[in-house]
Amino acid sequence: MQTLRSRRSLLARLVRYSWVGLLGMLLTACHTDMYNQAKLQTYEPSTFFADGRASRPVVAGAVVVGQDEVDTFLNTGKIDGELVDMMPFPVTADLLARGQQQYTIYCSVCHGVAGLGQSAVAERGAIVPANFHQQRLRDVPVSHFFDIITNGVYRGDPTKDGYQSMFSYASRVKVEDRWAIAAYIRALQLSQNATVDDVPLDMRDQLGQ
Amino acid sequence: MGQIFPRNANLLIRLSIFAGLLLFVELVLILGVYFRSNYFRQINVAVEQPIAFSHQLHNGVLGVDCRYCHVSVDKSYFANIPATETCMTCHSQIKTNSTKIAPVVESYNTGEPIEWIRVHNVPDFVYFNHSIHVNKGIGCSECHGQINEMAVVWQEQPFYMGWCFDCHRNPEQYIRPRSEVYNMNYVHPADQLQVGTDLVKQYGVASKEQLTNCSTCHR
Repeated sequence: MQTLRSRRSLLARLVRYSWVGLLGMLLTACHTDMYNQAKLQTYEPSTFFADGRASRPVVAGAVVVGQDEVDTFLNTGKIDGELVDMMPFPVTADLLARGQQQYTIYCSVCHGVAGLGQSAVAERGAIVPANFHQQRLRDVPVSHFFDIITNGVYRGDPTKDGYQSMFSYASRVKVEDRWAIAAYIRALQLSQNATVDDVPLDMRDQLGQ
Repeated sequence: MGQIFPRNANLLIRLSIFAGLLLFVELVLILGVYFRSNYFRQINVAVEQPIAFSHQLHNGVLGVDCRYCHVSVDKSYFANIPATETCMTCHSQIKTNSTKIAPVVESYNTGEPIEWIRVHNVPDFVYFNHSIHVNKGIGCSECHGQINEMAVVWQEQPFYMGWCFDCHRNPEQYIRPRSEVYNMNYVHPADQLQVGTDLVKQYGVASKEQLTNCSTCHR
């Protein structure tokens, strides 16, 4: 009799305090510390630095770990300070396809898809993009295009009314892609000045189809 | 001393038991609907930016590729906001006197960053990676909607786990050819399931077990 009563009271106590567990469920909804953790993500502001930026600008003269030597043909397109008509690596169909893709993203905006120097963007302002099919640009070495993409174009006298007519794309297009674009521009030039003799004999019957 | 409550108060008490239950259920439902509402999730709410930049004009009308500005989208976890240098590439020569461009010019000259307001955000415990998605055939518009038609950008999808799972459980329903990833007007073909299953195989998309594994998105 004694044991039975104590067992009942235990059960009754459990039932009586069962709502305490529910309180715990209420607490779970209030945890937001994981949503905004004590770490700084890209572009997140920070009060730690005076300018409020968590992403720090690169210190002048810093060298990226694993960065190439700057003064190579691959990175400048020049040998002994002279532009050379040569690629730093072999041109393959894959490279040209990559060049076409990158050209369409970054260059066609102004120079046009066919490289004629006409585009919807250029029409809107005083931009006069180069036509790649003019004789002057057909005669320049292929590394000329690499050099221009890397350094941009400056027009006029810097002390008077000079201005940067084309900005450098070095921060946007990586070195290999810049070369791929240069090779693709060469291919574009060839495409606009091709004759029947350039087509392999066994492919000629496909022409005009 | 007479009775305080009249006899029919019994009925009121009985009714209020049911009313209380009903109220409780209602409260739960209202909360559930509220946390799923576009209001709470800030969906379809256009976010005004410090500069009146229009994706509709730049991408929709002029046809500037997404990657022209968001350079790192296919290389990094993060799709960058373009540097002011990127804006000035064109705007040093186009619309140079526009008052709308003036803050960009000022930022370019002083080096003070423009404080854009973030539209799409996920909690810090989600390790979302842009590059793996665009390189495996998930188009921009799949998550961001038709940005090419937005003069002011808004969030179009709920960036919640249940929504992520829609695709992580059935990638074949959402995948598209890599060449169409940056096409904002892409419409999935009628035989998407067939095409999608082939693309999932071709692009080596991870198995569904792996795609739904916690550590795929949480570390």
